[in-house]
Amino acid sequence: MSTLSLTGVSRWYGNVVAVNDISMALGPGVTGLLGPNGAGKTTLLHMMAGFLAPSRGTVTLDDEPTWRNPDVYRRLGLVSEREAVQGFLTAYEFVLASAKLHRLPDPAAAARRAIDLVELESAQDRRIGTYSKGMRQRARVAAALVHDPQVLLLDEPFNGMDPRQRLHMMQLLHTLGDAGRTILFSSHILEEVEQVSGTVQVMVAGRLAASGDFRTIRRLMTNRPHVFAVRSTDDRALAVALIAEASVSGVELDPTGLTVRAGDYGAFTRALPRIALNKGIRVRQLVPSDESLESVFSYLVEA
Amino acid sequence: MSTVTWITARGLFGRRRFLLLLPLPLVLLGLAVLCRSLGVDPGQWGPPVLVGLGLAVVLPVVALIIGTGVLGAEIDDGTVVHILTKPLPRWQIVLPKLAVAAGVTAVTVAVPLYVAGVLADSVRLGLALAVAAALGALAYSALFLALSLVTRRPVLLGLVYVLIWEGLLGNFVSGTKVLSIQQYVIALADRIAPTGLLETSVSVPVASVMTALVSVGFTVLAIDRLRSFSVAGETS
Repeated sequence: MSTLSLTGVSRWYGNVVAVNDISMALGPGVTGLLGPNGAGKTTLLHMMAGFLAPSRGTVTLDDEPTWRNPDVYRRLGLVSEREAVQGFLTAYEFVLASAKLHRLPDPAAAARRAIDLVELESAQDRRIGTYSKGMRQRARVAAALVHDPQVLLLDEPFNGMDPRQRLHMMQLLHTLGDAGRTILFSSHILEEVEQVSGTVQVMVAGRLAASGDFRTIRRLMTNRPHVFAVRSTDDRALAVALIAEASVSGVELDPTGLTVRAGDYGAFTRALPRIALNKGIRVRQLVPSDESLESVFSYLVEA
Repeated sequence: MSTVTWITARGLFGRRRFLLLLPLPLVLLGLAVLCRSLGVDPGQWGPPVLVGLGLAVVLPVVALIIGTGVLGAEIDDGTVVHILTKPLPRWQIVLPKLAVAAGVTAVTVAVPLYVAGVLADSVRLGLALAVAAALGALAYSALFLALSLVTRRPVLLGLVYVLIWEGLLGNFVSGTKVLSIQQYVIALADRIAPTGLLETSVSVPVASVMTALVSVGFTVLAIDRLRSFSVAGETS
């Protein structure tokens, strides 16, 4: 079990502040690092991986700094965004070289295990230069996993993967997270993060805008009305009853059902069954329609 | 062979850039063979071919191509990250790469220089040129390897050093010769095989000490720079 800690980390390039005073602690499990392009995700990942000195603040892995400390790579693996691989090597040679550079006791076995993990056995003896983007990505993941690191950092790992490869990569990250590894991956594609991880760190313009479980984050945003899609046996009657309720700030009626805006999440969800019961209306569906990561994210970016 | 050496060598010989190494030594060899077969006086063709072409152009340019290639090419295409994310002390990355660079440069340059030296004068001159070129290869490689870590334009800066500093300024401002690897190589070769073909301008002790200083100094600089190697983010 390893913990990656950031304390008051900032990084600037000249006048441009890329990362602004970020503190977080990453423990075992899968965490998504989310943010629009240019939010500073890659800069932050590079500082975590010891490839960039923080202008201010500290980045430590189990209390050891990651900057100018190659020893951290015994416990840390990095899959960078730039898909650079030595195309003249086969995947097996590439992963084996990584195993040897890590001075593992049985590099050949470790290389085979890592290639097995990313399901690349069938192509392992072909030159990486002949691979598709997704296969190259998997070869790089295999190389980063060959020493079974406690912490794995991945920058946009799903780029260029087809849906099946994505699914497989997501499962792999889940498995590693469940096994007690600390996994952090960055992405600007929300569905990816939503499917892989409930815990997110959201970066906007260099700052940490929110962190934690994204459903919880959404509920804490009390200044935003919560939106629910409601379907019932009598939508019009239900709309009339709901608009009288203090916690409801707006109701829209359309052919598919009701769209209800509620200022208070708890009060509304408690009130709805009571109202429906009183009016003799049967509620068929109640879905929070803006609890997806996408809406949480857009709220944070707009804020 | 260490894994870093293996990857470096595969990377060097696996890139097309490697083919750039071949023409220059071949021209040197061809000119020497041509002059000899036409019976030209070695006093006439020796200095321009051995020094003007061999030591002033072939050696530094080959060293530049290889020296900036062993690490610089990996930095350019980003593959350096694979080696850097390993728990290796950074000297274990720099030294094997320097060894590959200096070794390949030495072999590529020393062989044609040896042949040209034999054709111009004697086996002794050939050996002297080969040994001095090998020492020069080490100094140049250390310099260019360090350059690829301190600047993003190592080839350009290296060319400026070779062509402007050593080539041009060396002819007009004699003081610059004290900081010229080319002059050390000439002085060392002349010390091993004294002939009238090589014109020296720095003393042998200065040449020996400076060659060692350049080799060690730039290697230490490269190791230190690699320790603080930063990967530029999107924002830079």
